[in-house]
Amino acid sequence: MPAADGSAEEFRRRGHAVVVGASLAGLRAAETLREEGFAGTLTMIGDEPHEPYDRPPLSKQVLLGRTGAGDTLLPRRRALEARWLLGTAATGLDLAGRRVRLAGGEEVRYDRLLIATGTRARPWIKETEAALDGVLTLRTGDDAARLARRLDARPRRVLVIGAGFTGSEITSACRERGIDVTVAERGPAPLVGALGGVVGAVAAELHHAHGVDLRCGITVTALEGDPAGRLRCAHLSDGTTLEADAAVVALGAVRNTEWLAGSGLAAGPRGVACDAGCRAFDVHGIVTDDVFVAGDVARSPHPLFGYQFLSLEHWGNAVAQAEVAAHNMVSPGPERRPHLWLPAFWSAQFGINIKSVGVPPMGRELAIVQGSLAERRFAAVYGHQGRVIAAVTFDHGRWLPFYGRLIETAAPFPPDFAQVDRAPGGPRPIPAEFPDPALPTHGPTVTLSGYAPSERRVTFVPARV
Amino acid sequence: MDLNRCEAYAQCAFQAPDVFAMHGEEALMYEPCPGDERREQVMRAAASCPVQAILVEWPGGPAVPEGAATGARG
Amino acid sequence: MTSATLLRRITDYAARADPYPLYAELRRTPVARQEDGVYAVSTYWEIAGLLHDPRLSSDPRNRVPTAGEEDILEEEQGLPPSFLRLDPPEHDRLRRLATRPFGPPDSPRRVSDMRGDLARMVSGLIDGLRDRERADIVEDFAYPFPVMVICKLLGVPHEDEERFHVWAEAIVAGLDPGEEGEGPAERRRAAQRARMELGRYLAGLIEDHRRAPGGDMLSALAAGHGDRERMSPLELVVTAVLLLIAGHETTVNLITNGMLTLLRHPDALRRLREEPGLAVPLVEELLRYEPPVQLLPQRTALADIDVGGVTIPRGAPVWLVLASGNRDPRRFPDPDRFDPGRTGNEHLGFGGGIHYCFGAPLARLEAQVALTELARRLVEPRLVTDPPPYRRNPVLRGPRHLPVAFDGCVP
Ligand SMILES: Cc1cc2nc3c(=O)[nH]c(=O)nc-3n(C[C@H](O)[C@H](O)[C@H](O)COP(=O)(O)OP(=O)(O)OC[C@H]3O[C@@H](n4cnc5c(N)ncnc54)[C@H](O)[C@@H]3O)c2cc1C
Ligand code: HEM
Ligand code: SF4
Repeated sequence: MPAADGSAEEFRRRGHAVVVGASLAGLRAAETLREEGFAGTLTMIGDEPHEPYDRPPLSKQVLLGRTGAGDTLLPRRRALEARWLLGTAATGLDLAGRRVRLAGGEEVRYDRLLIATGTRARPWIKETEAALDGVLTLRTGDDAARLARRLDARPRRVLVIGAGFTGSEITSACRERGIDVTVAERGPAPLVGALGGVVGAVAAELHHAHGVDLRCGITVTALEGDPAGRLRCAHLSDGTTLEADAAVVALGAVRNTEWLAGSGLAAGPRGVACDAGCRAFDVHGIVTDDVFVAGDVARSPHPLFGYQFLSLEHWGNAVAQAEVAAHNMVSPGPERRPHLWLPAFWSAQFGINIKSVGVPPMGRELAIVQGSLAERRFAAVYGHQGRVIAAVTFDHGRWLPFYGRLIETAAPFPPDFAQVDRAPGGPRPIPAEFPDPALPTHGPTVTLSGYAPSERRVTFVPARV
Repeated sequence: MDLNRCEAYAQCAFQAPDVFAMHGEEALMYEPCPGDERREQVMRAAASCPVQAILVEWPGGPAVPEGAATGARG
Repeated sequence: MTSATLLRRITDYAARADPYPLYAELRRTPVARQEDGVYAVSTYWEIAGLLHDPRLSSDPRNRVPTAGEEDILEEEQGLPPSFLRLDPPEHDRLRRLATRPFGPPDSPRRVSDMRGDLARMVSGLIDGLRDRERADIVEDFAYPFPVMVICKLLGVPHEDEERFHVWAEAIVAGLDPGEEGEGPAERRRAAQRARMELGRYLAGLIEDHRRAPGGDMLSALAAGHGDRERMSPLELVVTAVLLLIAGHETTVNLITNGMLTLLRHPDALRRLREEPGLAVPLVEELLRYEPPVQLLPQRTALADIDVGGVTIPRGAPVWLVLASGNRDPRRFPDPDRFDPGRTGNEHLGFGGGIHYCFGAPLARLEAQVALTELARRLVEPRLVTDPPPYRRNPVLRGPRHLPVAFDGCVP
């Protein structure tokens, strides 16, 4: 069979490619396969009934009522000629037999497989409370439609649980629509898990300036419903009770790997481990040659960050990794490429464009290199062991490519050169104030997940040494 | 839209104000699936984006590829 | 041939009609130190990188003056610099304020709403050619049109055009770094004087608009936007000077270069006539292929910058040769070919980074409307001389006259 003898050419001509997860990474990978001349059969398996759509607008335009939840379909780069199995979940994988099992019991054979099953919203811990009418999450288009309908009904108060990026964007949309919001965040400030306490403090000011009832250092201990099963109030860890018509649980994401349990792949709660060429590892830490991984579900080593395994919940990563995975699926060994994408992310909230490159949570210190925190318009760089490791901008996005290059060239931290908007002598580094990694906060979008590929042999290596 | 590439030059919002809007100084909001009557506006926006962050596809028409995914830096 | 003489050959008038072979030579050394200490950057990625590099300043006050340039600081005793020649945070603040009455987020439709006006102006100008068989595209069309547009936008009476035309010419000549004529220092002084005079004229006009506001940009700038931050009266004058000049002396070259290029590429002219939508990518390609702003000669390194295997030392003047980057084969396939349908055209014609052309949306619209209509209405247009006579300025490069013959025009 094509893949068995390793003939990429044979596969390219008449192999069977199967993509599980028909969203951003899955679609872009499929398009790349065709672009690179893959002429075999292509099967797209997705458990959502919809054609691939874009998620970032769901917490932005859609909640503002500017765009319908069903109107964020991804533009296609080219025609695909694929068999689409939508509304069909994959439930198992037979590695040796090269078969994907489907929910209906059917099996689909593959020569090469791409796993792009992404993540789902972390549900509220207590199932009965999660089932209350008015308790919502936001990951899918259907979620967004539900939440948008709620907001249209003008709730008196919305409780947002978790002030990561998604929670903050939801909060921002509510405020823009004039809806009262309370935010409960376990950490000391919004976005601390992703950007640290210094920048988190700016985010907190943004919340306050927009009239958000922001409560940090607080957890929600229980959600309480009325006899009809509708959410009535939330109990908070400081002993107070808060009445709310809706609660949005924004506690980060869970990776969709359950269907791979027992398959022999190195898949678990932290994702599916793969090498820099997007090839999945098996549980022994041996790399497979016919199973590839891309997008939010993947964790892969990155040379710029000490070969630590990164799990990136970033739109741009899903696209870039999908392209590399697809290229490698149809290419013989020497032509394969590593996925060396510099992590990059954006978020729009409270009328501010937040962008980042690199891995901010690796930074111990940061320096404000342009603009000022007080104006909420700035560029900050993060340092790790004397190197620039990340940069974050608030409404300063045009400079970001420059800081990206500093990361790629391992430029010294703190930056020691004169530049516009800064007195000579350079900026003063201050602690970035990331919370103790042992106390995870809500919604960091980059997670460093240690070094070794195989779950069995890994003892977790804390992100920050 | 590849908003990682977007540097908020707002050219799209000038060219296609019914589809793209700046939300504050640098945050871009857009209508992901604009109607056919906006086609010309959108083509103008996509062509004028200085970093080619806008990918356009129309039903029936060929997808118009751009630099967004070629690995080009900008 | 040393690169020192190369850059001099580029600014030399002899190269004006076709500087592109010299740019190709220049690109062999992406970052080339010139005899006088100027660093010329000529390749795409290096230019694009430096446009986003905060170690490069646009503020001439950061310059260590080289010999013959001692006046560069003293010239600042005239009007203070506009945001074109300022760094953040002043640049950002002034540009933000200038944007309020011009574009998104506050005035997203100002430019697109001018489309009808622009079309009428273009029709009027072409109507004027109806009974003729020859025209100078510059005098008869490409110069008056953008002036009408910028006057309309700003609220400057078009009747005053003759007065500020002289000032505008002098100001633009001040950008010319070449050694010809009276020499750069004298030109800079003349430009400074002209800026003062134009400023005085606009200050009076702004006062009028403050008293009797109209729907124009100067009125809006003078009124400010509610109680938010606003420009000082002096900043307002300086910004008005910048907009008037920038809107005056660049688009003329885009339209003229456009007509010239179309006449040299009859296929493209025919295609444009048949599918007016082609004007959109075609104008982008023009901005790549024949950019009206050829180079940016006013940047200064604030720190040592390693780029293209060279260290540009702190304090050195840096020239970003946009027109050369636009023809870099490492970025654009077949770069010397004019391809009106080119995709992925991330040209440098409007610069990049925080100084990216403020007026780009307006300039695009002007050129799209102008070229589409010229192509549609002139019957059998042909060049009378090729190459046409050029203006002296190597920075804002374009023909001084573009004589064209045709067999009348259709309505
Ligand atoms: C509300 C929201 C806002 C966001 N905003 C931003 C932003 O501003 N910037 C940014 O960089 N990123 C943002 N993101 C993140 C970005 O959308 C993701 O990184 C991206 O969607 C990842 O794509 P993916 O294809 O890897 O995974 P997903 O999009 O999660 O797709 C995985 C698909 O696989 C399906 N699937 C799962 N299990 C199975 C199975 N067993 N069988 C079949 N199908 C299965 C899922 O249902 C899903 O359709 C946002 C995400 C959300 C939810
Ligand atoms: C074809 C026409 C035009 C071209 C090719 C052009 C080109 C440029 C370029 C290359 C820059 C960058 C300068 C630098 O980085 O130092 C610039 C800046 C600028 N342009 Fe234009 N321009 C054109 C038309 C206009 C028009 C019509 C206006 C005014 C309405 C205008 C206003 C400005 C302003 C104000 C700046 C300074 C921006 C800043 O510093 O932030 N331009 N232009
Ligand atoms: S034109 Fe391009 S860079 Fe500018 S705002 Fe639109 S998408 Fe972003």
